[in-house]
Amino acid sequence: MLSAILAHAPALQTVVPLIAAPLCVLFGRRHLAWAITLAASLISALFAAYLLAQTLDGSVISYELGGWAPPLGIEYRIDAVNAFVLFIVASVGALVALYARESIEQEIDPALHVYFYTAFLLCLTGLLGVTITGDAFNVFVFLEISSLSTYTLVALGAGRDQRALTAAYNYLIMGTIGATFFVIGIGFLYMLTGTLNMADLAERIAALGDNRTLRIAFVFIFVGIGLKLAMFPLHLWLPNAYSYAPSVVSVFLAATATKVAVYVMLRFLFTVFGFDYGFQAATLQTIVVPLAVIAMFASSIVAIFQSDLKRMLAYSSVAQIGYILLGISLLNKPGLTAGIIHLFNHAVIKGALFMAVGAFVYRIGSSRIEDLRGIGKQMPWMAAAFVAAGLGLIGVPLTAGFISKWYLIQATLDEGAWWLALLIVGSSLLAVIYVWRVVEAMYLAAPVQDAPVKKAPWSMIVPTWIMVLASLYFGINTELTGKAASTAADLLIQATQIEKAPETVPGAPAAGE
Amino acid sequence: MFDDFSSSFIIQHYNYWMVIVLMMVGLYIVVSRGNLVKKIVGLNLFQTAVFMLYISVGKIIGGTAPILTGNPDEVYSNPLPHVLILTAIVVGVATTALGLALIVRINERYGTIEEDEIADIEQEIDRQESA
Amino acid sequence: MDMSPSFAISLAVLLPLIGTVLIGMSDRRPNQREAVSILTSIALFYVVAGFLPDVMSGARPSATWFEVLPSLSLAFEIEPLGMLFALVASGLWIVTALYCIGYMRGNKESHQTRFYMCFALAISAAIGIAFAANMFTLFIFYEVLTISTYPLVAHKQNEAAKSGARTYLGILIGTSIGFQLIAIIWTWILAGTLDFKLGGILAGKIDPTILPVLLGLYAFGIGKAALMPFHRWLPAAMVAPTPVSALLHAVAVVKAGVFTMLKVGVYIFGIDLLAVTQASDWLMWLAAASILIASTIALTKDNLKARLAYSTVSQLSYITLGMALATSLGVMGGAMHIAMHAMGKITLFMCAGAIYVATHKTEISDMDGLGRIMPFTFGAFLIGALSIIGLPPLGGAWSKWYLMLGAADAGHQIMIVVFMVSSLLNVAYLLPIVARAFFVPAPRFASAGAAAVPVRGGIQEAPILCVLPPVITAIGCLLLFFYAGEIYSLIYPVAFPDPSSAAVQSLAP
Repeated sequence: MLSAILAHAPALQTVVPLIAAPLCVLFGRRHLAWAITLAASLISALFAAYLLAQTLDGSVISYELGGWAPPLGIEYRIDAVNAFVLFIVASVGALVALYARESIEQEIDPALHVYFYTAFLLCLTGLLGVTITGDAFNVFVFLEISSLSTYTLVALGAGRDQRALTAAYNYLIMGTIGATFFVIGIGFLYMLTGTLNMADLAERIAALGDNRTLRIAFVFIFVGIGLKLAMFPLHLWLPNAYSYAPSVVSVFLAATATKVAVYVMLRFLFTVFGFDYGFQAATLQTIVVPLAVIAMFASSIVAIFQSDLKRMLAYSSVAQIGYILLGISLLNKPGLTAGIIHLFNHAVIKGALFMAVGAFVYRIGSSRIEDLRGIGKQMPWMAAAFVAAGLGLIGVPLTAGFISKWYLIQATLDEGAWWLALLIVGSSLLAVIYVWRVVEAMYLAAPVQDAPVKKAPWSMIVPTWIMVLASLYFGINTELTGKAASTAADLLIQATQIEKAPETVPGAPAAGE
Repeated sequence: MFDDFSSSFIIQHYNYWMVIVLMMVGLYIVVSRGNLVKKIVGLNLFQTAVFMLYISVGKIIGGTAPILTGNPDEVYSNPLPHVLILTAIVVGVATTALGLALIVRINERYGTIEEDEIADIEQEIDRQESA
Repeated sequence: MDMSPSFAISLAVLLPLIGTVLIGMSDRRPNQREAVSILTSIALFYVVAGFLPDVMSGARPSATWFEVLPSLSLAFEIEPLGMLFALVASGLWIVTALYCIGYMRGNKESHQTRFYMCFALAISAAIGIAFAANMFTLFIFYEVLTISTYPLVAHKQNEAAKSGARTYLGILIGTSIGFQLIAIIWTWILAGTLDFKLGGILAGKIDPTILPVLLGLYAFGIGKAALMPFHRWLPAAMVAPTPVSALLHAVAVVKAGVFTMLKVGVYIFGIDLLAVTQASDWLMWLAAASILIASTIALTKDNLKARLAYSTVSQLSYITLGMALATSLGVMGGAMHIAMHAMGKITLFMCAGAIYVATHKTEISDMDGLGRIMPFTFGAFLIGALSIIGLPPLGGAWSKWYLMLGAADAGHQIMIVVFMVSSLLNVAYLLPIVARAFFVPAPRFASAGAAAVPVRGGIQEAPILCVLPPVITAIGCLLLFFYAGEIYSLIYPVAFPDPSSAAVQSLAP
């Protein structure tokens, strides 16, 4: 029985939240909807953990949806790369579901709660689907399922701030343009090869060699995904969406949505396109590296000057995505490992930070830094959580952020790009400034209100601290993250003949000795 | 020779040219118009252009609908892009519906659907908050 | 002791941590809180001192906790330099724990629980630094030390404290992440290991022409060593309560810095490599400049703690200089100076605190005549000052002696001149304080800042717990002069490694 179920784990992974979503509306009771959401996301998380355990040794699971054989049928293909991302998304989803109940109580009109849960489950379905599928067009469909529900989730913030509506609208316009670009690129790939299955695509592209259609497809897909993952300077939708969305949505988006987009980027760059052709590699080296560096600095500096905590964290996210992209575009194994490991670590850290902020909003109704003065005394658990996760953002030893930074610096030094290493540490020092502004306000300033602020409810403290402890745990024990990331990096590098690339790549730095 | 080139380049690829023009018109509307509804219209044009790109690629001149007739020499159009675009159209409709719904809400709260007026109102909110 | 070495090492690192938790749990019971603080410090010293006989006899107790990154473990190994540093830090913690009670109660400070917790945490980090078996572990505890001392610097929570703490954190985190982390990862890529190994791990693995660059990344990256121009944090940290300045910013934190500097010189580069390549020459000159400039700045400071802070900056560079000389005697002198300067400077700081508790005076120009009403405090101050200056029969004499020998040995006679000029500057900025206190009569009317405390005749010392500790450490300065031989024989295997001797072999686990 159990083995029969587990055999269908890849499908159930997405189907469970998909079916749970309409149930929430059908029953129409918000507490029941919450229970359904929690159960569905927990089940998804368990399946994800199972899939990760299966693939951690580098093996690949291929699942034919509905029994139709690929390349005609849609194939779900799980290896260490997406099993790891699935695990991130599903486990964060489960924690967020736990956290949501109290959080939306304050921020969303109770009549709309069931719709929140529905949209949340659809979003989860979409993100999991994007990650798990091995079919290029299917990626687009799931991407839009998640995006459409995300726009709704962001718009639900209108109960607290009407600007959530315009934020959602702008996100919709930008997101749709991105998705359409992506689908154009897929169209060109299909024209070129006559297939949509990623593994099949990769083979046929390799057989065809470099050509103009391929380049055009690459550029469209690159820009389209770049919009979705908020690659600088295509990040303009992100700060508003994160700051005006309900807190719990900010948590979920910051921890998962951009991460999944990064995964899609990885998948297309390495598995589908490969780096046999100088064009893609040169794009990364000459365009993405500078953009990533600019993102790391510009966004961090902008973050320093924000008066709203959520907005500050949003800009910090753009900067952190810069780190991930930088690691990826180094095109060597340590860099790729660094990028993937930071994908995970940043999801945990940023999730924890936004959860802490959500608790502040829950109790004092504001996320402005000046309103948080003295909160360290009044909400000790949440303030401590913020500090602990903030240290992770800076990259202090014994936090997950340090591990990311270690890998990333190692990767740049391996390439002999010491100036990149200096830029990385330079920008992480900017993180010290914006995190410490908040720490000073929370602990060293006199409280704003004389009336005592109550502690956050336990249902918020627990998931927040699970995230915080995870961010500390993965800073001490990197066995899981390190292994998953390096297996993933190996797989991606195998998928492409990356080792050959440097000779043919114009402008690429010489490989390290 | 130039004539040869241009005729083959433009006429044989006329479907692409049409798609490109339509796409750019759509994108231009999205970028240049301040009216939120018009932006959605532009977005629709933009998406439609992509649908046409897919559909025209699948079409074979002289081909029939892809129905099994038993004749192995039957020439038929590739159905797959058409099916894909059915999905994409659904996504497009959903996006439009959601966009319009958002515009209704924005109109309720802001009393306008003009981008610059909304920006003014938001600036006012910002000022009040920091005061 | 019956404990296994690895358990005992873990215990030494964890004891203060346990203390931290217990202190946190006795938030509302000050007596219990302070009892925990003192008991932990005594227990820690007992555990640390238990290693001494073994280490003296050539053993190297070690412990490995777990692997953080592939082949990079949190691991500990006690070698002579670390033993010395741990003894100094844990021994002086007992004295400071006593002093804290007198000072914090005497000044009716707020947030005392947080204060004691962070203090214990900082000591735990210092022990971790002392016992670290590799640069990775050392770096981790180095950063923990920075973060855990931040709340202590910002303790008063006013604007001055906040801005001082900002400078403190900014420079220490900035240098450690900006330079040291890069240096460490670079070393790892070059050498394939970060384990401390006598004779260094870089020999033959690095192009000699870039050796000075790597050394520079370390030297500036170890911001806690307060090498100019990254010394600003030390005076800035003086906004902290005096016990913090005494133990952390005269002993644990700054000594962690110079200790790391010595470790890097001896165990990462190896003094032979430095001597052959002369990679540390520039560092020697910079340290010499740091010594003289900081001493000169100290002369101009009227605030007592600021003057002591700049004196510390200058004295720390003695140790850096000892390493940069790249001779055995230089290392010996540097290592000894860790202990000697710690004992002397903590005395001075505790005296400064006692003066503040008793009279609320911080400016030297207000201290005229105070010696007559606070004879014990100023007596201790005099002894501490003489030890810093380096006069026999006080401990400071020995370390300067070996540093000068090291300079002569390295053929840098000019450095001897630097040491001598610096000693004269020490005399010039330390002794006038004592002289004014004893020989200049007190003004009839106290100056504006101290108007609240009328100066009367008769002895009017600070509370006993504020006065006793500096007296103890002053006696310690005296004792160190006679027990310097013990330190010498402790450090000997590190400073004079004989490639074929047991010293190298015993490093193998």
